[in-house]
Amino acid sequence: MPESEALHASHVLEYPYSRSVGPVIGAFLTGLRDGKLLGVRGTGGSVIVPPTEYDPATGEDTGELVEVGPGGVVESWAWVPNPLPKHPLARPFAWALIRLDGADTAMLHVVDAGGPDQVATGDRVTVRFRPAGERIGAMADIEAFVPEGGAS
Amino acid sequence: MSAAAAKAKRAVRRPVSIASFAQSENVRRDDQHNEVEMLMPVVAEVFANIGITKNDIDFICSGSSDYLIGGPFSFVTALDAVGVWPPMPESHTEMDGAWALYEAWVLLQEGEIDAALVYSFGRSSPGNLNEILALQLDPYYLAPLWPDPVSVAALQARALIDAGKGSEEDFAAIASRSRKDALSNPKAQVAHDIPVETLLRDEYVVSPLRRHTLPPITDGAAAMVLAAGDKAREWSDKPVWITGFDHRIETHSLGGRDLTSSPSTAKAADVAGVADGPIDVAELHAPFAHQEIILKEALGLDDGVTINPSGGALAANPIMSAGLIRIGEAAARIASGQAARAVAHATSGPCLQQNLVCVLEGE
Repeated sequence: MPESEALHASHVLEYPYSRSVGPVIGAFLTGLRDGKLLGVRGTGGSVIVPPTEYDPATGEDTGELVEVGPGGVVESWAWVPNPLPKHPLARPFAWALIRLDGADTAMLHVVDAGGPDQVATGDRVTVRFRPAGERIGAMADIEAFVPEGGAS
Repeated sequence: MSAAAAKAKRAVRRPVSIASFAQSENVRRDDQHNEVEMLMPVVAEVFANIGITKNDIDFICSGSSDYLIGGPFSFVTALDAVGVWPPMPESHTEMDGAWALYEAWVLLQEGEIDAALVYSFGRSSPGNLNEILALQLDPYYLAPLWPDPVSVAALQARALIDAGKGSEEDFAAIASRSRKDALSNPKAQVAHDIPVETLLRDEYVVSPLRRHTLPPITDGAAAMVLAAGDKAREWSDKPVWITGFDHRIETHSLGGRDLTSSPSTAKAADVAGVADGPIDVAELHAPFAHQEIILKEALGLDDGVTINPSGGALAANPIMSAGLIRIGEAAARIASGQAARAVAHATSGPCLQQNLVCVLEGE
């Protein structure tokens, strides 16, 4: 059958369900709404960000929540010259694994820098939250990280 | 477990052979067949290769993902490719067929069955892989940002470059070699001979990954028959034996891992006994070119090992089947006499999160 004869129809599949995020993820997301970044103490006192109810290295329960950031260090990054429709920013940006000050693990988010020559591994960045009235307790409450010292 | 204990444990395992393997053509877009129609000729071929029918097997296990097809319980429908009557014991993994193979192998170890059919299918073309694969990530911290698979892999590639373990030239060399090798693979989707210098002129999709370092988007299916006991000898004069098999996983937190290494692969390789003897051929499921470097190190493969003579996932990457195909390709090298001992690898999740290692030997 030639391509032109194949029937096509769009079909949207959804799995609509809601989840309870629990005491640790819930605290982190509530922290974002309040403009704070939280980590959690894992085995041996290391600070895991974003926090989980267990330490992935040992499986043990994690402990107290601790505030981290708002600055941090880029551990790896990838430049997106052509953002996709669902990406957090509509203009070219960098994905980055960011180890926030006080944390022992890195968190994925985006860095809003002018171009690929303005971001590098080891760079310091700082969080840029959305305005308080727009925050809902989700990762998108962080608009982006930006180079520390205020470029872009 | 000590190395000696692990070796002793492997020695008492029930020998299981890969009696037959078949795969479809791997194509960018197959609009003309649904999943059942894609699978039917592959299942027919995997039986015909050794002159058996569905009645000769005791168990069926499949690997696929509803997210690709866009419909729940699609694996139930897919059973039509084998025939649902009379009913027989059947299972499914929402994973690459390599893990369905592992489940069938475990059941064969228990000794109550002697033969199993494993199949997997993935039509990547109907949906948007960038969005579908973002949904496999952590639903609270990662998926809401919609990081696409290329972006996530690019973070790993950058980390590899920063660690001095690889360069863009190295990635291009892997892509160039793989697709050149694919010229002799009739099932390959992307096969050509393009030198590294030319490839390095490609644009970045997400830097540091240029177009050539990405896997193709592929529709395809694969099937395999496993046999133990008398059936292994009955169905092959020179059986290809599974002599080591293990799979391991790492945390789903990308920032909690060292993306430049693969401890889960290393652990699986240790338990599977990769280092118990020389390896002639390795079929590695490295969808992105740079991942071959990480896997080669984790598996302890030296430069004498032929890697991905099929072209690997850079030549055809039917999601949910590309891992099972690695095992089939490695088995084919042993069956043809080109290799005596081979290792096959399958991966799942972002940045090589979960890894399966299968050691194969002839006799």
